[in-house]
Amino acid sequence: MLPEIFFGYFACAILGLALLTVTRRNLVHSVLWMLLLFLHIACLYLFLNAEFLAVIQVIVYAGAILVLFLFLVMLLNLREEHEARRFVCAWQGRIATCLLLLMVVAVSLYKATVQPTGGYTIDFINRIGHTKVLGTVLFNQYILPFLMTALVLFVPMVAAIVLAMKEKKR
Amino acid sequence: MEFAIALLKTVIFVVVVFGVTLLHVAYATYFERKVIGRMQGRLGPIEVGYRGLLQPFADMVKSLFKEDIIPSDADRTLFFIAPIIVVASVMTSLAVIPFFNNGAIADLNIGVLFIFAMASLAVYGIIIAGWSSNSKYSFIGGIRSAAQVISYEIAMGISLAGVFLMAGSLNLNDIVLAQREQPLGMYAVLQAIGFVVFVISAFAETNRTPFDLPEAETELVAGYLTEYSGFRYALFFLAEYISMYIMASMITLCYLGGWALPGFLVRLVPILELVPGIVWFLIKVYAFMFFYFWVRATLPRYRFDQLMAIGWKILIPVSIINIVITAGVKRWLMG
Repeated sequence: MLPEIFFGYFACAILGLALLTVTRRNLVHSVLWMLLLFLHIACLYLFLNAEFLAVIQVIVYAGAILVLFLFLVMLLNLREEHEARRFVCAWQGRIATCLLLLMVVAVSLYKATVQPTGGYTIDFINRIGHTKVLGTVLFNQYILPFLMTALVLFVPMVAAIVLAMKEKKR
Repeated sequence: MEFAIALLKTVIFVVVVFGVTLLHVAYATYFERKVIGRMQGRLGPIEVGYRGLLQPFADMVKSLFKEDIIPSDADRTLFFIAPIIVVASVMTSLAVIPFFNNGAIADLNIGVLFIFAMASLAVYGIIIAGWSSNSKYSFIGGIRSAAQVISYEIAMGISLAGVFLMAGSLNLNDIVLAQREQPLGMYAVLQAIGFVVFVISAFAETNRTPFDLPEAETELVAGYLTEYSGFRYALFFLAEYISMYIMASMITLCYLGGWALPGFLVRLVPILELVPGIVWFLIKVYAFMFFYFWVRATLPRYRFDQLMAIGWKILIPVSIINIVITAGVKRWLMG
């Protein structure tokens, strides 16, 4: 019974916080609601015994990415909502986006496995430790996708630096 | 019933740790003023109590009875929450620090990462304090602090990776135990590069001189603290000193051997075994606190572009090289 109550609270809180995040007029408040949202997601990971993922969620998303968001919002000084023409107005676009997201959810639900597969049973993970198992799987089984992701993240960084660099005057 | 007793024990432990830490913070300010006073040829506090020993309490009473001023155009809710976020997140880090063998409130497998996570949450308090005060000085102070802490957190994390590699664990207690097996009893020598990077980053992470740009009084009045007064100001002050203690404890645990003594010293003088581990822990922590104050009395402040250049162009590449060397040595020399 207790796990259900726990999960129920976090599921409801995450939905509520997500709504608060997108409906606030003040962008700084909106970012702070998102911070609470991320902390709740981290708690859900903890609930699943994935302590490494939980801490990484806090360090990377809450501690780095969201701070940069806050930084940007503050530097642009957007205290009030910016009135601009929307990029996409057509209702067809909105429905298409919703359907696309629904499809992603449906496919991942269809593909998801409830029981752990292969050698990684819950007992095994508990014995070895979540962090170690994650490292072993990530750097052995999925090393190619991991390196590809690194490369994909590296390219825009180089692009940003090239854009920001001033041309030297001759 | 067993659960209730365990819970009661934990609660008592938590209260004791927090109470003792507050007392330590009070006397850290006294220690700092004495040390800096002596280094600058002054006496430091001498008036209140014997040799000024009651000065911290006088300061506390003063800040409690000060008028609490809220700027007219401030974002009131955020202005109130900001100091609470800072103090809460900094104090939570205390929970995972082992003061003696197995002497942590919560013995987490990922203790080090937990401290990092809490440190990154404390930044929010500072940025929000700067923004919600509705003052240019506060705002620039908050922004500076955010940029600084984000940059140095990377160098700090990467430099600690060397320690993780050597100890094979993220648990602070295990790291100390692994160090005891070493011939020298500490990683500060074998991990010299990481140690230096970590110490420099610790100064930047806690906004101390020579990296105290967020509160550079010659440019920004008092940075993000400018509009705060009374009790709220005291909370920020408290958080700053606790985070100094946390950083000093991290250095003690990860590089100086924590509550353990080097093996050869114990073999040389067996009687040292009887001294409780917390004594060694405190000696090492206070040695580092003294280093903090010593640096403050000695070095001038960096410019902001210099600060960023040190972080991104020197410390991060050096700590990455440190990881490569450590991993290589571990893989090919130690098998």
